[in-house]
Amino acid sequence: MEQRKEFQNYTVNFGPQHPAAHGVLRLLLELDGEVVERADPHIGLLHRGTEKLLEHKTYLQGLPYWDRLDYMSMMSQEHTWVLAVEKLLGVVAPPRAQFIRTIFAELTRILNHLLFVGAHGLDVGAMTMFIYCFREREAILDMYEAVCGARMHAAYFRPGGVAKDLPEGLAEKIRAFAEDFPAKIDEYESLLTNNRIWKQRLVDVGVVTAEQALDMGCVGPVLRGSGVAYDLRKAEPYDAYDKVDFDIPVGKNGDSYDRYLVRVEEMRQSNRIILQCLDKMPEGDCKLPNFKYSIPKRDDMHSGMESLIHHFKLVSEGFAVPPGEVYLATESPKGELGVYIISHGGSKPYRVKIRSAGFNHLQALKVMLPGHMIADVTTMMGTIDIVFGEIDR
Amino acid sequence: MTQDKLDRLEHEIGARLSGLTVERLADVLVVHVGLDNLVRTMTRLRDDIALDFKLFVDLAGVHYPDRKVPFELVYQLLSVHKNHRIRLKLPVDEGVLVPSVAGVWSCADWYEREAYDMFGILFSGHPDLRRILNDYDFHGYPLRKDFPVTGFVESRYDEKRGMLIKEPVRLEREDREPYRQSS
Repeated sequence: MEQRKEFQNYTVNFGPQHPAAHGVLRLLLELDGEVVERADPHIGLLHRGTEKLLEHKTYLQGLPYWDRLDYMSMMSQEHTWVLAVEKLLGVVAPPRAQFIRTIFAELTRILNHLLFVGAHGLDVGAMTMFIYCFREREAILDMYEAVCGARMHAAYFRPGGVAKDLPEGLAEKIRAFAEDFPAKIDEYESLLTNNRIWKQRLVDVGVVTAEQALDMGCVGPVLRGSGVAYDLRKAEPYDAYDKVDFDIPVGKNGDSYDRYLVRVEEMRQSNRIILQCLDKMPEGDCKLPNFKYSIPKRDDMHSGMESLIHHFKLVSEGFAVPPGEVYLATESPKGELGVYIISHGGSKPYRVKIRSAGFNHLQALKVMLPGHMIADVTTMMGTIDIVFGEIDR
Repeated sequence: MTQDKLDRLEHEIGARLSGLTVERLADVLVVHVGLDNLVRTMTRLRDDIALDFKLFVDLAGVHYPDRKVPFELVYQLLSVHKNHRIRLKLPVDEGVLVPSVAGVWSCADWYEREAYDMFGILFSGHPDLRRILNDYDFHGYPLRKDFPVTGFVESRYDEKRGMLIKEPVRLEREDREPYRQSS
């Protein structure tokens, strides 16, 4: 008689509260033994209605909400918003402001990638990495604090420039950090890059081909890890990116290990950009001298009627933006972060749509996970570098 | 995009996709599509070697309560190899089924779910049209203009019944919008 064994697939609920889920993600996994057969991510547990809120706030009041989207790379999010508003207004920030924004966007990239390496290490069992990375993150967060007073939710960029010029001594501090930093990256790499366990957990896990990556809408390091050299900083340069020299690292196999290597190399390139920006940064205004759009100097407000009126109008009613629509994207550390604004005139947008990179990357899990072991689920969550603030908005 | 690049793209679009209205904005082309030619146009845009829109970037719903056709879907596409972008607009009436483009780009799946969740726009041929960002038992479509920012219900934990309950929103202050627009 024929002997038959019957196994039934079973479903596991991963999250919503799980230390390896990088936030609040509910992932339904259908398992056949230890192999994932089907994955269904349920998102929205951190949905705060940012798009709706932005429709009810002036352009200036909307800015701090952007810090809270991807709360691990704060200023990069602001960058998209201020550039989009500038484009609607038809203004260009003064050169010094552009350089300051570029420096901070790149510091933020380092900030984000440090968290990626640290948390990804932690996910697959390299505990030390987390402590090492947070040492340097702390230094960058101190720079955030020096420039705007907040360690994380900076609200430092403004349509037409930045809120304030760099405080005295900060440029030297950033330079000292940037000169030291490559040695620190070597340190991380000596721990991970040729580590046998690290490679066993990452190499050939979560392979995404270039065609798949495009079909799934992957951008940023995930797309570059699959060998497509597309970076918005080169393709559609904004601010000071066309005035500095840097390379775009690309991967070869499109696996988790390549994505790790791409991000590590991006940190080195960011460091290069920061050093060049510090050398080339001109003196001058760091916000638009047109006080219809930018808040006047505090000193002028104490003595000048005009400045006081401008300030009052700007913080209460906000500036009027001409009717029109714009889609603008920047290369945030996680990939293309875009915003589509429709303005019907007035000081509030009619509709704001935020396009975040993580939304597609998480969606790609549906395709990437099946066929992998359950132990690789955490690797996969780490390698796409997700933060729920930007996915759930 | 630079103007000569736009010129070239406008020429390519005109030669390949006949019968479509193409509007030219300052930095991007906007193609107005209809329900009947949406999927065909999208497939052509993706597969034609000169157009090469391999990346589906974004899908945004917009609500215009004053218009005769109250909704609009705005698609953003990108070609990473040619480095150009395009925008497509599709007017949608209440309750009309929009053909899904999830078969053209698989990542359109969640964007269409989001448009359904936020605006109540329905898609035909979609693999799995469920709510995505809002709660499983949410009622209404929050990004419509007639939906208040505060919502209709608030939830709290009821000590006596030992469960989460939903109640109509009670506001401390009537007007929660201190900077109401004068225009």
